[in-house]
Amino acid sequence: MTPGAAMTPGAEVVVVGAGIVGAAVARALALAGVGVTVLDRGPAACGTSASGEGNILVSDKAPGPELELARHSAGLWPALAAELTEELGPRFPALEYEPKGGLVVATTAEGAAGLTGFAAAQRDAGVLATELSADQALALEPWLTPDPAAVVHYPEDAQIQPVVATEALLASARLHGARLRVGCEVLGPVVARGRLVGLRTTGGDIAADQVVVAAGPWSGEVAARLGVDLPVLPRRGVVLVTARMPQRVFHKVYDADYVGAVASGAEDLQTSGVVESTPAGTVLIGSSREHVGFDATLRVRVLRELAARALRLFPFLADVPVQRAYGGFRPYTPDHLPVIGPDPRLPGLWHATGHEGAGIGLSAATAELLRDLLLDRTPTLAATPFAVDRYVLTSTAPPTAAGTEHG
Amino acid sequence: MTQVVVIGAGPAGLAAAVRARGRGAEVVLVDAMAQVGGQYWRRPPEGPGGDGPLPGNDARRFAVLRERLAADPGCRVLTGTQVWALEQRPGLPPEVHLLQESPDGENRRLVLAPQALVLATGAHDRTLPFPGWDLPGVFTAGAAQTLAKGEGLPVGRRVLVAGAGPFLLPAAVSLAAAGARVVGVHEAASLGRLADGYLSRPWESAGALGKTLELGRYALAHARHRIPYRTASAVVAAHGAQRVESVTVAALDAEWAPVPGTGRELEVDAVCVSHGFTPRLELAVAAGCRIASGRAVLVDAAQRTSVPGVYAAGEITGTGGAHLALAEGAVAGHCAAGGDVADPGLRGIRRLRRVHAAFARRLEAAHAVRPGWRGWLDDATTVCRCEGVTVGTLREVAAATGSAGMRSLRLTTRAGLGMCQGRVCGRTVEELLGVEGAGDHRPVAVPVRLGDLASEPVAVELVDSTSAHRMKPVEPCGTQRANRGGA
Repeated sequence: MTPGAAMTPGAEVVVVGAGIVGAAVARALALAGVGVTVLDRGPAACGTSASGEGNILVSDKAPGPELELARHSAGLWPALAAELTEELGPRFPALEYEPKGGLVVATTAEGAAGLTGFAAAQRDAGVLATELSADQALALEPWLTPDPAAVVHYPEDAQIQPVVATEALLASARLHGARLRVGCEVLGPVVARGRLVGLRTTGGDIAADQVVVAAGPWSGEVAARLGVDLPVLPRRGVVLVTARMPQRVFHKVYDADYVGAVASGAEDLQTSGVVESTPAGTVLIGSSREHVGFDATLRVRVLRELAARALRLFPFLADVPVQRAYGGFRPYTPDHLPVIGPDPRLPGLWHATGHEGAGIGLSAATAELLRDLLLDRTPTLAATPFAVDRYVLTSTAPPTAAGTEHG
Repeated sequence: MTQVVVIGAGPAGLAAAVRARGRGAEVVLVDAMAQVGGQYWRRPPEGPGGDGPLPGNDARRFAVLRERLAADPGCRVLTGTQVWALEQRPGLPPEVHLLQESPDGENRRLVLAPQALVLATGAHDRTLPFPGWDLPGVFTAGAAQTLAKGEGLPVGRRVLVAGAGPFLLPAAVSLAAAGARVVGVHEAASLGRLADGYLSRPWESAGALGKTLELGRYALAHARHRIPYRTASAVVAAHGAQRVESVTVAALDAEWAPVPGTGRELEVDAVCVSHGFTPRLELAVAAGCRIASGRAVLVDAAQRTSVPGVYAAGEITGTGGAHLALAEGAVAGHCAAGGDVADPGLRGIRRLRRVHAAFARRLEAAHAVRPGWRGWLDDATTVCRCEGVTVGTLREVAAATGSAGMRSLRLTTRAGLGMCQGRVCGRTVEELLGVEGAGDHRPVAVPVRLGDLASEPVAVELVDSTSAHRMKPVEPCGTQRANRGGA
């Protein structure tokens, strides 16, 4: 099942995309002694990884392969954050890794039933999920709406500063020998004897024994340039940022609709209230999901819904000014599962993408899994649920016409 | 009938509104301030003792523009009203989202859907940092002038004015008139560069005689107030424990690098600095207008931007002063209301625009910021005042991450993430790091309370002039510069 596997010593891997997944993959491979070059068409850490809140969550995932990946990744992050801090020293900006836990709040009886049922299934799968009374919830979050219908506490949820985390993974990868080439865009494949052996880029041809596409929502486009079809699409999201204030939100707090919105594939706008504070003193308010391609224009209706939902959770926010809004594009796949592993249609091509809004949290386990597959080691987790094979049942032979044939 | 919304009621916006009315359009003129006039025609607030005669600055022209609009039921003037967002519409000018704040907390959200939009959002002072510039007692020349002109208050007793550009002169005169002792005006540009800018090809300036006379007037006022004027000189540090007690001034070379050994300390209790202007581009960016290099909205001869139905006039198309803004505003208003730029009625205006644009290019050549200013920074100098980021931190983080992307650099250094959203430090940070930024991408243009954001906006009927629906101007709670305090 792994036609691209069995790396020879001295082999060179090119990772396309300098977001958090590409950075984590590059670091994992560099630590394993593999030569790595990371390419990005723009600067590093400026795409999807710089557009979210820095979620490391188990609370929003239903039992299944993604929850397993999330739990494993959440378990890797404390040691990973400590290692990066140690390696990069005090001059590097702080990662702000905070294992602060999450609180999911239902404000209606209907929502309460859904939430408690969901939490029970998660508990069966090993997740720590504690139902709280209103008094218990208010003890954890004194400014929360006083009459929630149901609240579940997830102590395993955490948060990290996603841009610092991405830059830290890249800096660490470089310390272990990886190279970063920014402003270098993939134009097409270099194929020899039916196998991907390099990339044509705006910076010239780059030889590679293996290529990992970790280009987030642009992965579909990169894959297409390499001649394969990959159903990764952008799903837009917007985050509101308030002015700084004394801390009044202590966990990641979101309404129970969030789980439904994450799992939904609906075309139209989906919003749910997601509220959390940052160490800088701002409060981040999400989250919206829209299928609008790469259209980044502001829609007041979306901001308004986000504000209204946040106020339902924390009425005190009504007087707090929003200082800015930022948006980005999540890499969305039709079955909401990431794509991690080799592409059977083009030996030498690998994918590590499609994490939708969970890439920050899932990056650690994704990198570990991809490294194990590439180095022919036995992975800790089953790789099959994430295999690209699920999309290629009807596919034909590897297309090579688009590529440059090398003798 | 065309419905034209004009954002900004300074010289460009007022001229645009009057001209658009002259073509028969319905006009809504929006400004964040409590009064029309902008920074150029700022005066004491209305009421007893206020609203007095405007000192100099084409007072008559302002009175004419203001009175014409005030007496005109076809123009609604929404003062104390902030534009917090523009929402793009395909093939049309964007929807304009407004916020009227009131002291009793009864804020209102309004929305306009114009057929044509004139952006005349102006500029604010650009200030280059220097050690100690974050001490109390250091002001932008604009803020000092606002206090002097608007409230009759000098910012200090012994004040030094420094920076670059013709704006230093009126700022110093305003301070002197308000009772301050101005110990000197220090212009960073060298005499040679000033001479090249102002005196070469004198025939080109003939049409801008008024401009030259205005500068002459200020020079005479300087002489009257005995204000020393120095060129190739700058404040390179401010000192003081609690607030400014003294400054170091130093001679500069042609590239604005301090000449070693020339520093001397002067006792002052306030410093006013201005290094030219930064156009307020966020609404133009939000509308989707193309921005030319040098931070100017790209416009054609009719002041049309790259977005259908959106026009731009005044400082946002390039720093040029009030006279150029008046001419550009007139063209923009005329064309936004369906007129043609070639119409004979615009002949004089077109000529004025040409002359003042040429004059503006001379000023730019004479006073433009030169890269040597970085030589007066040290590692402890604050760059981003909102977030307390120093030059040292900025450089250290950039070196640690090796990042070449402004989005990453902003989020790892926090420079530009505070209340002013990089309006003060954005260009400085870009120049220090040598990285191109996202410019003025601020989709939420001014802070909005979450409660207001969650509320239902009221659609403003452009044509409605019944008193029941007429907007009552309210006191502004902040300016376009978003200078409100935290929550």
